[in-house]
Amino acid sequence: MKTDIIALLTGWIFGLGLAVSEMTDPARVVGFLDVAGEWDPTLLLVMGGAIAVTLPGFFAVLSRSRPLAAEKFYLPDKKDIDTRLMAGAAIFGAGWGLAGFCPGPALVALSTLSPEVLIFVAAMLVGQLLASLSESRSSLLLGVDDA
Amino acid sequence: MAEANLVGGVVGGLLIGAASVMLLLLNGRIAGVSGILAGIASGSPGDRSWRVAFVTGLILGGVTWALIRGGVPLHLQQRMPGLLIAGLLVGMGTRIGSGCTSGHGVCGLARLSPRSFAATAIFMIAAIVTVYISRHIF
Repeated sequence: MKTDIIALLTGWIFGLGLAVSEMTDPARVVGFLDVAGEWDPTLLLVMGGAIAVTLPGFFAVLSRSRPLAAEKFYLPDKKDIDTRLMAGAAIFGAGWGLAGFCPGPALVALSTLSPEVLIFVAAMLVGQLLASLSESRSSLLLGVDDA
Repeated sequence: MAEANLVGGVVGGLLIGAASVMLLLLNGRIAGVSGILAGIASGSPGDRSWRVAFVTGLILGGVTWALIRGGVPLHLQQRMPGLLIAGLLVGMGTRIGSGCTSGHGVCGLARLSPRSFAATAIFMIAAIVTVYISRHIF
């Protein structure tokens, strides 16, 4: 229950950050990715601002033996840069460039009640399930050991 | 496109970073949105509620800002079937590649994970190439 309230609150702050920076607007994202056009640096500032906090923040937090409200840290344990990682990142990048939506901003943009955003999110969920089904033959747990 | 959103970009980035540090400090979890979302369907029942809560929070964050500003800008880049195809690619790619802009880009880079550096470089390049082809070639 306590971890749920924390997740709700941190999700809200995270979503507010994506909305304030207008990463929920695909034009902003594609404007950044369009290096040959009228380049929009906003996304770079968002990532830079976020990493300026997470870089020292994670270092400090991970020097602790355990988190404050949970038993342990749930960190990804995969180490090798394999074909799956590279192929997956390339597929994701292609979809991201096409629509200008990645998972976080797409979910936050559901708040606009746009039917198009709903279609994108539904397709994204189907894509996740398809990938999970194809992998569940070889391994058991998915989605719990992410980067 | 309008002017770069300099203040909003920095403030938004700081909020995203702060939320990620809080989630790790308190719950011991990485704020990777694609992984949190996927775990709702594939995780164990006891592992589900915090994920639903986080995603609910994300949407409420959007609602909050829309209420303050009287709406948020949304300029769609695709119609059907492009939206559908893009959604499928994003969903599949983030599962196969174990993460997205938040998990690899914001959290993984901060952990100095070589996997996240590789993934972030690849999805950035793939997205830039995709935009170049769709905007400047076709």
